[in-house]
Amino acid sequence: MEQLQQILDQALKQFAEIGDEAELEQVKARYLGKEGSLTALLKGLGKLSAEQRPAAGARINQVKQAMEAALQQRRDTLQNNKLAHKLAAESLDVTLPGRGMGTGGVHPVTRTLERIEQLFHSLGFATASGPEIESDFYNFTALNIPENHPARAMHDTFYIDPRHVLRTHTSPVQVRYMEAHQPPLKIISSGRVYRFDSDATHSPMFHQVEGLWVDEEISFANLKGVVQDFLQRFFERDDLQVRFRPSFFPFTEPSAEMDMSWNGGWLEIGGCGMVHPNVMRHVNIDSEKYLGFAFGLGVERLAMLRYGVNDLRLFYESDLRFLKQFN
Amino acid sequence: MAGLEVESLEPVAPAFSNVVVAEVLEVTKHPDADRLNVCRVNAGEANPLTIVCGAANVAAGVKVPCARIGAVLPGDFAIRQARVRGVESSGMLCSEKELGLAGESQGLFLLPGDAPVGMPLREYLDLDDKLFTLKLTPNRSDCSGIAGVAREVAALTGSPLKPLEIPFQPAASTGQLPVRVADTTGCPLYCGRLVSGVNAAAPTPVWMLRRLERSGLRSISAVVDITNYVMLEMGQPMHAFDVAKLSGGITVRRARKDESLALLNEQKVALDGDILVIADDARALALAGIMGGQGSGVETGTQDVFLESAFFHPDAIAGKARRFGLSTDSSFRFERGVDFAATRLALERATHLLLEICGGSGGAISEVRGQLPRREAILLRRSRVARVLGIELDNSRIATLFKRLQFDFVANGDDYRVTSPSYRFDLSIEADVIEELARLHGYDNIPALAPHAALTMLPYSELRRPLTRIQHTLVARDYQEIVSYAFVEEQIERELCGNDDPVALQNPIASNLAVMRSSLIGGLVGALRFNLNRKQARVRLFEVGACFARINGEYLQSQRLSGIAYGEAQSEQWGAAAQPVDFYDVKADVDALFAPRQLSFVSATHPALHPGRSAQIHLGEQVVGWIGELHPQWQQRYDMPKAAVWFEVDMDMLSQATVPRMGEISKFLPVRRDLAVVVDEAVSVQTLLDAMQQASAPCVVEVGLFDLYRGKGMEQGKKSLAFRVLLQDTQKTLTDSEIGTSIAMLVDVMQKHSARLRM
Repeated sequence: MEQLQQILDQALKQFAEIGDEAELEQVKARYLGKEGSLTALLKGLGKLSAEQRPAAGARINQVKQAMEAALQQRRDTLQNNKLAHKLAAESLDVTLPGRGMGTGGVHPVTRTLERIEQLFHSLGFATASGPEIESDFYNFTALNIPENHPARAMHDTFYIDPRHVLRTHTSPVQVRYMEAHQPPLKIISSGRVYRFDSDATHSPMFHQVEGLWVDEEISFANLKGVVQDFLQRFFERDDLQVRFRPSFFPFTEPSAEMDMSWNGGWLEIGGCGMVHPNVMRHVNIDSEKYLGFAFGLGVERLAMLRYGVNDLRLFYESDLRFLKQFN
Repeated sequence: MAGLEVESLEPVAPAFSNVVVAEVLEVTKHPDADRLNVCRVNAGEANPLTIVCGAANVAAGVKVPCARIGAVLPGDFAIRQARVRGVESSGMLCSEKELGLAGESQGLFLLPGDAPVGMPLREYLDLDDKLFTLKLTPNRSDCSGIAGVAREVAALTGSPLKPLEIPFQPAASTGQLPVRVADTTGCPLYCGRLVSGVNAAAPTPVWMLRRLERSGLRSISAVVDITNYVMLEMGQPMHAFDVAKLSGGITVRRARKDESLALLNEQKVALDGDILVIADDARALALAGIMGGQGSGVETGTQDVFLESAFFHPDAIAGKARRFGLSTDSSFRFERGVDFAATRLALERATHLLLEICGGSGGAISEVRGQLPRREAILLRRSRVARVLGIELDNSRIATLFKRLQFDFVANGDDYRVTSPSYRFDLSIEADVIEELARLHGYDNIPALAPHAALTMLPYSELRRPLTRIQHTLVARDYQEIVSYAFVEEQIERELCGNDDPVALQNPIASNLAVMRSSLIGGLVGALRFNLNRKQARVRLFEVGACFARINGEYLQSQRLSGIAYGEAQSEQWGAAAQPVDFYDVKADVDALFAPRQLSFVSATHPALHPGRSAQIHLGEQVVGWIGELHPQWQQRYDMPKAAVWFEVDMDMLSQATVPRMGEISKFLPVRRDLAVVVDEAVSVQTLLDAMQQASAPCVVEVGLFDLYRGKGMEQGKKSLAFRVLLQDTQKTLTDSEIGTSIAMLVDVMQKHSARLRM
C-alpha cells in the first residue's frame, strides 16, 4: 500500500508541474488510462483474497478520487490562466476617442423657443402660426390700427406691395386664430418678425413669441400672474420680479410694458394687455362675455439674458464658434 | 410708472467746475510764440489774471468763460498754474468744445457783453438744468406740451396743478384780416390775429432761446421762436404770416387739383383735393397743420404779423405729412389730437409774448368755429372694472381718480357716465376708462394671480411630427442649425434659384437684403463661406424657414428645411479614413429625415447644382425637394476649395406621419439569395429595384443593393450590381422550388433592362 501512496504523490506532483492542457491529459493516461498504473492496481484486486479485497478496493478508489479531483482542479486552473492571458492580450486603450459621427446642435433661438413652448404647453397653451408676408389688414387694421393711424409709425414696416407687409409682430396670428376658433382659447405663437431697423440692438429680422388667452373670466391680474410665472420658470428664479408699466398698443386696453428685475435694474422684455374690444369685434367674439389677455415677448432678448449673449447680431452671423456654445 | 416713460434724464452740460465769466482786459503778443497771446483777464478776483491764449478770436473787451486754477473740465482735464514758453499762465480761456457744450467750435466761447464778470458759468448759463426726454405713446398727444405734462403729473401725484397764467390781450388796434373756413370739418376752429408794427428783427430773449435749444429746436427769428415756444409750452402748433406778402384774407380750404406749393424746406409738393391748406385770395400759403410755405413767412423786415392758432381735425391731417415724406412737430401733434379748448388761449399767449418781445399792437381775434369733436359720455361699470382688472375699486376710489384726471362724471350707484376732457383723444370706450383707473391706481397695486379655468388636454396628433423632432434628427447627424435673414441679394435668387422674378421689398434696408428668398440655399452658402473664411474645414449646417414666391398675385409661403455639408464626411479621427462628404452621405441624411417613408431620387438639373450630381427628391408622386453637389461654377465663384452638398425639402411633407399598425411577425426564418448582375452604366439602380418591386415575386420581402463594382475585369461602360433578396412566408417554410420561381421572376425583369446574370 505504500506503493499506492507513492503513485498518488507522484501524480499530484506531476499535475502541478504541467502548464499545458494536452500534456495534462497525456499524463493523466499514465495513471488512469487503460495501461495506467492505478488501473493496473485495480485490475490486480482480483488476485486478492475475498477478505482483503474490499479494504484494498476502497483504498485504491480513494486514491483514484483524490487523483481525479486534483486533475480537475489543475484543468480549471490552466483554463483560467489561458483566459486571463487572452483577456490581458486583448485589452484596449479606452482613452482613445470614439469613432464615427459627432453631433450638432440647434440654434440658441430654437433652444429658447423649445423652452418657452414647453413651459406654456404645461399650462395648456396650444401653438399656432401664421404667414410672414402678411396683409395690411391682419398686421394692422384688424388689430385696431387703421390706415393713417400714428401707431403705424411705431412699426418700421417693410412693404412688399401697398397691401402687404412683412409682419411687424406675431399679433396677426391672434386675429387669424380667433377667426377660426371659438373661446375659450389659449395659444402661443412664435416666429420671425421684421422691422426696418438695424444696429447693435436692433435687427431687421428677429423672433417674437405671442400669447393669447380668451375666456369668460380672465383678468389683468391673471395676465400678470401668467407672465410672472413664465419668467420665473424660464429663468429658474423664484425671486425674479416682474413690473408692469402703462403703455399703449392699439390692440390692447389696458396696455402695459413688462420689465423684469435683472442685475439690480429693470429690463424691458415685452408688451401686453387686455385684448381690445375692437379686436374681438373684428373676429365676432362677444367682448361682453369674453375677456382676454395677450402678450408679446422678444425671443432673442430672452435668449441673450438666459445665455449671456452680448450682441444681437451674433444670432444671425452663423458663426460656428458662437453656435456650438449652445449645443 | 403711469404711462409717461422717461427715456433719459441727463444734465444739459457735462460736469465741470470753477469756470467763471471773465472779461479780457488787454491782449499782447507772446514774446516767444507767434500764435499765442498773453491776456490780462478780469475773472472777478481782486487782481487781473495773466493767461496765455492761442485762440484767434481773443480780443480786449470780450467776455469769455475762464477756467481758473483748480478748475476741472470735461474729460478730467485739470487746470494748473503753468509756464507757456516762458510766460506764467494762471488759467485758461475756454471754447464751447472745451466745456463740452458743443461737438465743434471755433475759437473762444464769446459771451454776451452784459454777462456779469465773476459769475460761475454754470449759474450764468443755467447749466445745472436737467433734460427729461419723454417717450410719448401715440395716444398721449395731450402731453406733447409742458403744460400737458404738468397736468399729467398732477393727476398721477395728486399735487395741485398750477395753471399757466395768460393775460388776455385786448384789441389795441382795429386791424383784422378776414378769415374764411371752407372746410369746417377739417378745421373746426380757426383763430387768427393781426399784430401790426412789430420789430421782427428783435432778438429772441436768452431764456427762450435756451429753452428752445434744450428742447431740440433751432432759433430762427423772434416771431417764429415765439410760435415754437408756445407749441412746446401748450402743445398748440402755431404759424405766423407776413401780412405784407398776403393778398386779401385767409381761407382754410381743400387744395385744388393741380395746385402746388413750395414748402419752407424748399420741397415743392403737388396738392390734391384731400389736402387742407391755408390760402390767401391768390394761392395756397401753407399745408394746414403740417408746414408753412415759402413767400408768406415772417422775415426780419416784417412789420405786420398774422398769428394763426387753429384746431385741425386728426382725420384731416393723419397720413398727409407722410405722403409728402414729412414729419413735423406740427403734424405730429395734429394727427394725434390737439386740445381744441386751448386754441384761443394759445393765441393769447403768443400775442402776449410777441408784444413783449417785438412790440407792436394786436387787433381783435378773428375766430371761425365749426363743429368741434364731441365728447360722448362713456358708461363705466364698477363690476366691469373688477372683471377686467381682477381687483375691486370702491366707489370713493373711482371718484377720486376721476377727479384727479379732470373727468366729468355722473355716478349712478355702481355705474358712471364719464366725459373726457377736450385734450384727451384716446378715450372712447369703457376699456379706455378702465385703463385710466388702472394706471392711476397703479399697475403695481394689481396682484399677479394664477387664472382659474377648466382643465382640458391639448390635442396631440400623431399624424404630424413635431418640428423639434425633425430638428434633432439632423442635430444627431452632426448638423448645426443656423438662422439667416429671410431677405437676400437679388443676384443670389437669380443665380442659385434661377428666379428672375423674386418677391421684392419696396423699401429694403440694404441692397444685399432686397428680395425675399425662394430657397434657403443663399443663407446656407453665405454661412458656409463665413465659416470657411474663419478657418473651419468641416461645416455642416441646416436651417428651417419660410420661402416665398408670388403666384397669380398671391404670396406662397412654404416652410422648408435645408442643409449643406462641406469638408470631410466625418470629423478627422484616428479610427476612420478621411473621406470628403459626397452626395450619398447627404442622401442618407435626407433618407433618415423621412424614414420610415421611402424616398426616391430622380436625376434632374437645378441652377445651383452640378448637373450630373443632382436629383429631385420624390415621395410617392410628390416632389418634396432637391439634393446635389454645388455646381463647380459657384464653387469657384464663392472660393470654396471643395464641393459642398446641399439639400432642401418641404417641411409640410416632412412633418407628415402615419400611426404605426403592427403586422404579423413570421415564425419562419427568412431565406437569403444574392443576385449579381452586369448592366450598362446608364441603367440606374432604382430602375432595377423598381422593376423587381413591380414583378411582385411571391414571398420576396426585401431587395437591397449590397455591392457595386466597376473597373478592372469589367467591360467599359458596364457595372456589376449585387442584390440581397430576402424571401419569407408567414405560414410555412419555403421550398427550394418556390424560392427558385421567385428568383427567376426577379432575374427575368432585370434581363428586360439588359442585365446579365453573373455566375
